[in-house]
Amino acid sequence: MADGGGGDAAAPAAPAFDPATAGDVSGMVMLDGELPAAEELMMNSDPVCAMNATNTMSSTFIGSNGHLGNVFVYVKEGLEGQSFPAPTGMVTLDQQGCRYTPHVFGVRVGQTLEITNSDPTLHNIHASPTANDEFNMGQPIQGMRFERTFDNPEIMVPFKCDVHGWMNAYVGVVDHPYFAVTAEDGLFDLSTLPPGDYVLEAWHEQLGTQTQNVTVTTGQTAEVSFTFTAP
Amino acid sequence: MTWLHPYARFVCAATLLLITAGGMVTSTGSGLAVPDWPNTYGYFMFSFPLSKMVGGIFYEHGHRMIASIVGLLTVGLTVWLWRAEPRRWIRQLGVAALATVILQGLLGGLTVLYFLPTPISVSHAGLAQIFFCLTVCLALCTSAGWHRSGALDTHAPVMRDSTVLALATGLPLLVYTQILIGATMRHTGAGLAIPDFPLAFGRLVPPEWGFAIAVHFLHRVGAAVTALAILATLGHLLAHHRARRDLIRPAWLLLLLVLTQIGLGGWTVLSGRAPLINTAHVATGAMVLGTALVLGLRVNRHRFPDARRVGPLRARAPRTATEPAAPGAPV
Repeated sequence: MADGGGGDAAAPAAPAFDPATAGDVSGMVMLDGELPAAEELMMNSDPVCAMNATNTMSSTFIGSNGHLGNVFVYVKEGLEGQSFPAPTGMVTLDQQGCRYTPHVFGVRVGQTLEITNSDPTLHNIHASPTANDEFNMGQPIQGMRFERTFDNPEIMVPFKCDVHGWMNAYVGVVDHPYFAVTAEDGLFDLSTLPPGDYVLEAWHEQLGTQTQNVTVTTGQTAEVSFTFTAP
Repeated sequence: MTWLHPYARFVCAATLLLITAGGMVTSTGSGLAVPDWPNTYGYFMFSFPLSKMVGGIFYEHGHRMIASIVGLLTVGLTVWLWRAEPRRWIRQLGVAALATVILQGLLGGLTVLYFLPTPISVSHAGLAQIFFCLTVCLALCTSAGWHRSGALDTHAPVMRDSTVLALATGLPLLVYTQILIGATMRHTGAGLAIPDFPLAFGRLVPPEWGFAIAVHFLHRVGAAVTALAILATLGHLLAHHRARRDLIRPAWLLLLLVLTQIGLGGWTVLSGRAPLINTAHVATGAMVLGTALVLGLRVNRHRFPDARRVGPLRARAPRTATEPAAPGAPV
């Protein structure tokens, strides 16, 4: 099953088809060329961040051995007309070490997104979607949390902290459970898909998007790979 | 000696500082670093802890603090003018300045609460310059030099020179229009739409067009037109009114400022909008406007109610008149 960064919370709820007929998609996202070196984030503008941060390297490009991480992969076309009720569990976006965790993740339309501040400093959480309502909330106290939901699918909704300009995150809002975010090994799985023809899209914050057609058949695992060109 | 004029100058300088601080907010992308308004993260503005003024909050909250101080200074100026200034139109100008700074504060709040919509942000930038112009007017019109220049017999050659009247009157309007174009470029993220300088994509004219490229290119064309207009004004003043040092000096200053401003504009592009350079560009733009306004007001001195008509000013002056007539002499 796809793991959109929200763990079990993103599990599909009661698919509207017979799971016994389902198939899977397994794939990999590759990078053609040298992985750009991660930039060091300058956190001097907030002494708390500079003192407490454990990871000061940019998350834009992560990967190893030609594999690319932090790529959001999802079913773009092929599920029209089907409905998948939003799961009741929450997806959490945390601010920790003056970073967003996770950096790239997915959430379902109508699913609760919990936003927390684990840092002993203040943050603002500024989401700037185009198909959903924009919001900008402050969390000046450690341990604060609030919840939001998105009403419409949108790839991707950027999050930023205007206090700490290096903090950004991206959430893919989808109306089905078939999405995943690659880790450093570039691998992803989309399981329990209804048989049919689909268009998959892979999104990277700097390298853009790529699409692939894939056919899912009962009991089979279709293999897909995306290759982005290094900048 | 009255302290009103130095105080008005102080308000004017504080306003320039405020515009600079606002420039830093935009240049550092900190406009939404404080998500609430008029409070700051739930605190009453003046009780927000200094220790929490970190990152983008330093710029945004700092801008709000300076704005509040300028607002209070403007209240003081308006009251002072109302009590001590005999000229009614200056008292009214003070009230206009107060109304403007209040409206400006509201626009600043609205642009935060509505996530920096371009029309409100550009209006906020444009009204800031209007307010600055009002403080420039008040500082100038409360000065001893303004009072002395009220004896219009020395002003006759200028007031009969339609060329200098047109140039000096049009300059502030031209500069203000140019600033509005710049503000539009800035608040639509078009500052790097043309990535090279002084050429545009290696050419004199961009090979492709879109809104961002068009507004950016228009700003560059506006800079060239403004510089030419300033050159023309200075040249005309040197040729026909060389003895009017009160006009020549701001005209030279304008030339110096506009050349600096063009350099800063290019540097802003080439530096990828480095915040300090970008902000210096905003502040220098305000100084160009303020200086153009001083020149325009001095050239139009005869139109103000406190001008003293000493001689037969409506008489036609000889075409060759380039020097001011001696005080009291017929013109």
